Amino acid sequence: MAYMHIGKDFVPPDVPGKVTGRIKYAEDYTRDGMVYARLLTSPIPHARVLDIDASEALAMDGVYGILTADDVYPDGEPQSTGLKILTNEPTLVGEPILAVAAIDEKTAETAIARINVTFERLPFVLDPLDSLAEGGPNGYPGDNNTFVFRQGFAQEKWSADQVASFRAGNEPTAEPQQTWELGDLNAAFAESEFIYETTFTTAGYPHHSMEPRSALAYWEDGKLYVHGTSQSLTALADDMAGIIGVPKEDLVFINAATGGGFGQRARAGSIPSMAIPAKLSQKINRPVMMRVTREEEFTIGGARQGFQGWIKVGFKPDGVMAACDIYIISDNGGKGGGGDASSAADCIDVLYQPDALRFRGTSIVSNTGHRGAQRGPGQNQIAPIMAPILDKAADALGISRLEIRQINTPRTGDVAGPQQTPFTSAFMPETLRLATEQFGWEGRQSRRRQRNGSKVVGLGIGQGYHNAGRSGMDGIVSMGTDGRLKIHNGVGNLGTYSYASTSRAAAEVLKMPWERCDILNERTDNHLPITSPQDGSNSIFTNTRTCFGAATDMLNKMKEIAATDLGGDPADYDVADERVYRISDESVGYTYAEVAQRAMELGGKFTGEAELPEELAEWTQISVSRLAGTAFLGVYHDPRHAGNPPGFTVTCCEIELDLETGKYEILDMINVADSGTIMHPQGMKNQLVGGAVWGIGLSGYERHLYDPQNGLPASTGYWQSKVPTYLDTPVKIDTGWVDLPDPENPVGARGVGEPAMGSVSAALTAAISDALGGHLFNAAPVTADMIINHLAGTSEDAKPLAQNNFRG
Amino acid sequence: MVATSHDVMPDIELYQPTDEDNALALASQLGSDGWLLAGGQDTFGWLKDRNKTPSAMIELTQIDAWKGIRETADGVEIGAVTTLTEISKHPLITERYGLLAKAAGVVASPQIRNVGTLGGNLNQDARCWYYRRGLDCYRAGGNLCYADSPEGLNREHAIFGASRCVAVSPSDTAPALVALDATMVIASASGTRTMAAQDYFIGPARDITHMTALNEGEILTAVRLPASWANAEYYFEKVADRNVWDFALVSVAAAMKVSGGAISDARIACGAVECTPRRLEAVENAIRGQQRSEDLASRAGDMAVEGARALNYNHYKIPLMANLVKRAVRG
Repeated sequence: MAYMHIGKDFVPPDVPGKVTGRIKYAEDYTRDGMVYARLLTSPIPHARVLDIDASEALAMDGVYGILTADDVYPDGEPQSTGLKILTNEPTLVGEPILAVAAIDEKTAETAIARINVTFERLPFVLDPLDSLAEGGPNGYPGDNNTFVFRQGFAQEKWSADQVASFRAGNEPTAEPQQTWELGDLNAAFAESEFIYETTFTTAGYPHHSMEPRSALAYWEDGKLYVHGTSQSLTALADDMAGIIGVPKEDLVFINAATGGGFGQRARAGSIPSMAIPAKLSQKINRPVMMRVTREEEFTIGGARQGFQGWIKVGFKPDGVMAACDIYIISDNGGKGGGGDASSAADCIDVLYQPDALRFRGTSIVSNTGHRGAQRGPGQNQIAPIMAPILDKAADALGISRLEIRQINTPRTGDVAGPQQTPFTSAFMPETLRLATEQFGWEGRQSRRRQRNGSKVVGLGIGQGYHNAGRSGMDGIVSMGTDGRLKIHNGVGNLGTYSYASTSRAAAEVLKMPWERCDILNERTDNHLPITSPQDGSNSIFTNTRTCFGAATDMLNKMKEIAATDLGGDPADYDVADERVYRISDESVGYTYAEVAQRAMELGGKFTGEAELPEELAEWTQISVSRLAGTAFLGVYHDPRHAGNPPGFTVTCCEIELDLETGKYEILDMINVADSGTIMHPQGMKNQLVGGAVWGIGLSGYERHLYDPQNGLPASTGYWQSKVPTYLDTPVKIDTGWVDLPDPENPVGARGVGEPAMGSVSAALTAAISDALGGHLFNAAPVTADMIINHLAGTSEDAKPLAQNNFRG
Repeated sequence: MVATSHDVMPDIELYQPTDEDNALALASQLGSDGWLLAGGQDTFGWLKDRNKTPSAMIELTQIDAWKGIRETADGVEIGAVTTLTEISKHPLITERYGLLAKAAGVVASPQIRNVGTLGGNLNQDARCWYYRRGLDCYRAGGNLCYADSPEGLNREHAIFGASRCVAVSPSDTAPALVALDATMVIASASGTRTMAAQDYFIGPARDITHMTALNEGEILTAVRLPASWANAEYYFEKVADRNVWDFALVSVAAAMKVSGGAISDARIACGAVECTPRRLEAVENAIRGQQRSEDLASRAGDMAVEGARALNYNHYKIPLMANLVKRAVRG
């Protein structure tokens, strides 16, 4: 389909500000009378605060006040694993205990150093299996080690023999907390020609966003203004009001740009720390800036769950994946957790369509960074585990590694997951074909495992998946008598330009020149509609629907006004060149400025004062009520869609691994997507390349270390966490996309954020395995020391399954 | 209990002497309270985290006499506050002492090399994360080593020469200087002394709280590279987790005189395997006079790691060190 805007590159309006440095992040704002807050965080992995003596600090010149958990939770702290604003029972090192406000940061920090906190040390644990074993330490409040939905904290224990057996590589025998099953597992394994069974580990990996979660807050004229950080503007602000305890209509959240959002800036519950300056400002009646340090960012920012798992996969003689049985112990961290393990199993079902699948999972505490969203809940952890297993099966069955993926590929019409949800569309076969053709996969097979001195070539192919779309949100567009289109967009500016890409759907509907469009975002008093939290690859699918819908509402109203005033039926009219005109006589019509003027004169439904969609969210209702009567409005509530709109990627790579150093160079890499219609090619390319860098980190470098002796984090910054650098990634990462429309989106678009990382992680791990003659580490990451140990036959003193958190 | 603080500089006196005498007088006067500041890459983390609390800093970068690279009668002299970038690109170094140029050129990142100095790279403190975290380990004046314990995280730590502390020498240029038989020039208010690079770096058995032989009030002002090892055959390789920023997991620096395929003389040192650059004299003796071959290289690698002792998580360093020495001898 020929589009005016969709599928075409453009310059998002925030780009000049980012290039020149003019755009403002939370730390760049200031306010008259502003003071600075610093945090006192827990030095102990699990403790109870018995006493806080801040008398010396509060007596210092330039110190304005203190905020503790008793201030923010006068009725007691919530009894849940979720993050708290401040706490008196920290469950990880670095959890905020109190904040001090002072004239400057140095004074605040000196004041912090003069506060004496008396802690009662409580048992802590870093390895969930240690806690799971009978008699092991429990790291949650009340001597618990897990959290059961709707029941609260609980204890989950296995016998020592059960834990030891699992560590020895055997299938866990204890009852899981969660399970779901599809098909006849025993029958499917019975049909299998090749069965691979192993334990595996994946490390947790934290956000490390460039911009820390700093915030400035102040109260003026009964309203609270928060300059913060987010990846979904209205969805976050909507919940933030509740966390702070301010009516939604009295909160103005300002967030023009965000220096990285990878899941844990999507929802307010993931960043309750932004309530600290708000509460402190309220207490001391001054604007408060809380600048978060790199180390605090590590703790506040959180991490993805790590896995300790067991998997058994069976393949039929023809390469069809017959059965997959997977049992995962998820590292829940000191706070929160997530449904990663179930999503990992779901991903296997999506990508490989086995005849039968059983998932079992249990989530257990570790007193480490809180766990939650981080570019792929489970799909990306399991990707590097699965890809080498597929390769092993292919080699064993005499099938090519591409063929085994083609044989098991998901297709449109297939279903997957515990609910056996159908795909809205699935173009994985086309993606596999495009990626391998562009990469020259077949032509490179002759180089596979070829030696050149101490170096050997490895080839890898991997697939990524994440559900990529939601619905049920709202859209607003407005037009003044100047005829310019204003797209009120609640999508956050997290760096992907999705706020602008989704707005293009509205411009497309009204055939509006882009230079005649204004995107209203950046601050919630721009009267923005509610959006879905911008996580899980959903922004493009979800918010093109709302922008398209709101613009369509305006389009219909334009036609109705024209028909009423100029005669005929609304269906007799169309739009072009900023005019609504009669199709049979183009001279009859209104310019957009004129139709907006008429809308203002008519009022009622045309200006948001009547006939609004009944299902509008409260946040949208507030915005529309403030706009009502001021402009020509298009307002839309998006009904729920049916099915699973998937985001898929396929990656191919070639590496050269040095058998004497354990290091490798990625010689070539391509990352190709199926994400429906492409809205913004340059943005798409950025997503695929950015995801590739993350995937390289997940497979090869990133660490999440805590010291078993005292629970201290050992990888808090960019140095120790080992995020990949420019010289660890290929000079050029090729990209591509199949660009086929999805029927459940008005412009055919789906998202792709998460999968872009998973497929790269899968392909790179497969390539490492290939270079090593098919050796499987059954772990992510695979680091140089692991490769050297394998090649030299040396072994470490590490406990089995001890990769996550505490493998030095 | 008071929690640790991070990322805020404390109040501190800053001295910026512009001549040697003033700098040396300040160093003498302030003693251990006077923190020597060059590029600042080892400094600001310590001070901002308040894990080191000197009352004053003496900035050395405004003293021209301690900067630059100059030819001498017996080789080349490099001022200690010369940046690593300058060293890695200077013709005198790249043409005659390529070993040092390569080592300096792989330190950390371009940004750090642009401000980091040779003196700073040589004198930087141990990078053991327990020590850097401010824990009360032996090196910090306490009475235990968190890394050398049953549960210690010690993937980057020593396989040789442990004596209570198992931190390693983090410097990339130090093994290169040992291999080049460099001389360190040390000044104080009472005069100047010199010592061999090999003797400059000291292990925990001698002084667990210092990594060099610098005494209080002394400043490393220059490094001299002897003409005797100019234009030798060099091999330098650093294996780190990442290709930017990271310290070596193991590095090797070798200077060899080779004639007709035979090694007439050699000096080899490894970094990141011991608290000091580890000079491999036994290997040097074994290969001296020998014809280069794959077999000789393998035997050299095996010999290099004799006596190595792995901790919990650094077993890989033994085969990695053997491989790097093998590559150095193989050429």
